[in-house]
Amino acid sequence: MKYICLGYIEPNKLETQPEAVTHAMVDECFTYDDELRKNGHFAGGHALQGPQSAATLRFENGKVVVTDGPYAETKEQLGGILILEARDFNHAIELMSKHPGVKAGPFEIRPAADLSEMIQESERRRSDNDA
Amino acid sequence: MSESVIQQVREHLDVLYRKESGRIRATLIRLLGDFDLAEDAVHDAFAAALEKWPRDGMPENPRAWLISTGRFKAIDTLRRRARFDASQEKIAEEIEARQGHEEGGKDESIEDDRLKLVFTCCHPALAPEGRVALTLREVCGLTTEEIARAFLTTAPTLAQRIVRAKTKIREARIPYQVPSAEELPERLAAVLQVVYLVFNEGYLASSGASLIRADLSGEAIRLGRLLVASLPEPEVLGLLALMLLQESRRTARTSAAGELILLEHQDRSLWNREQITEGIALVEKALISRRFGSYTLQAAIAAVHAEASTAASTDWPQIVALYTALAQAAPSPVVELNRAIAVAMSEGPEAGLALVDALLTRGELNAYHLAHSARADLCRRLGRKSEARSSYERALELTQLEPERRFLKKRLQELE
Repeated sequence: MKYICLGYIEPNKLETQPEAVTHAMVDECFTYDDELRKNGHFAGGHALQGPQSAATLRFENGKVVVTDGPYAETKEQLGGILILEARDFNHAIELMSKHPGVKAGPFEIRPAADLSEMIQESERRRSDNDA
Repeated sequence: MSESVIQQVREHLDVLYRKESGRIRATLIRLLGDFDLAEDAVHDAFAAALEKWPRDGMPENPRAWLISTGRFKAIDTLRRRARFDASQEKIAEEIEARQGHEEGGKDESIEDDRLKLVFTCCHPALAPEGRVALTLREVCGLTTEEIARAFLTTAPTLAQRIVRAKTKIREARIPYQVPSAEELPERLAAVLQVVYLVFNEGYLASSGASLIRADLSGEAIRLGRLLVASLPEPEVLGLLALMLLQESRRTARTSAAGELILLEHQDRSLWNREQITEGIALVEKALISRRFGSYTLQAAIAAVHAEASTAASTDWPQIVALYTALAQAAPSPVVELNRAIAVAMSEGPEAGLALVDALLTRGELNAYHLAHSARADLCRRLGRKSEARSSYERALELTQLEPERRFLKKRLQELE
């Protein structure tokens, strides 16, 4: 089963702490990512640029409004996502508890939602409409 | 088929239901991976037994029979549902394919299933109030209405908590397993917390007219025994000991009129000796392990009280020492308050009052009624009447529990 791990971190934390600390942390994290890959647990993921680079889109009064910045203003911001392949929730928790990134900021783990039924129903509706 | 045979089977099933349905349910939950399906399966299995056993005779291993019948009934249910919802067929196949049902009747694996269920119900990823409700529902077998009554909430609210927790277990795929040795301390702490919370809700009743709700304390002790039987870790022993030792004072703790009686004024002949003996033996076993924690230390304190024939003959220096250890193991201002009270008993009210005042100055206990009533009590003993009065009044403002309020009012009157 897939679990999406959202890694949160204080913006600029990596830039403001001593370089040696950042280097050690980043090296540790990449080493662990490699281990997850090797064991078939790393199903994808990406680091994100800082929240200052974000734009948020909202639908308001019948049109899309674009605003500067992230959706939620929180102390820690989403810093990256990792898609984990794990047996069950405990396994996902166990794998992410060992990820050195947890020392830099919290991880939120969410099980992936299975939309296959919803997609099938939608396809049925759409083909009915076509007919 | 004679009436008497049916009657016999019925009685036997009654006993089995009372003694075994919790275990059978736990195993079926693991086998079926679904709480509600398992609940129905338990009932279907007992109904089938009522029909078949008078005719075919009692099976050799009734529990194994009930588990395997329940499992087949659940697969039937899923197959019936599959006519309307194709995805159910896949689940039925998965359950059929799953191994392990052959071992369903063995004692060892059954105890193991209950333990797995406890760990699932007390999973830290579930909301705390959901953990308590689910444990009482699924492990103790209490009805939603019973749990709602015990926690002074409505059945729909409680049902919602249970549904949310069950949904999360299913959808996030929280497994039924005993955690690995590495995770055990933390996960076990979450389980013990739930058990102690249930106990305290029964023993201290955070609000309402009655001071003690015995049924909940009893359930917590049953849970404690279940844990001790399958996972005799020192803190598990410590918690059961603590609950037994507190429970031993139940009858002495309130007067016939429902008034609270403090430890020092309790009629110690009312203490339950059997529970005390069992509790003390458990504490000693936990202490020997040298891997004990805060539950064992609290139980050890309760044991020292239990061993004293009067409040005055209590080994107060030992209680102070145990509180000092407890304050290190689990730092908390409430523990420090209790230590201060023990110091007052051991070295005199003046020494205790100095500690209580220092604690109140720090601010964390300002809204805690027992801190003010303890201060009031020490001032009273020192003859500082007006200080005692204002502290009793402050305590009175801070508690909603009726018997405690009556107790404080009585103390205020006695000051006049």
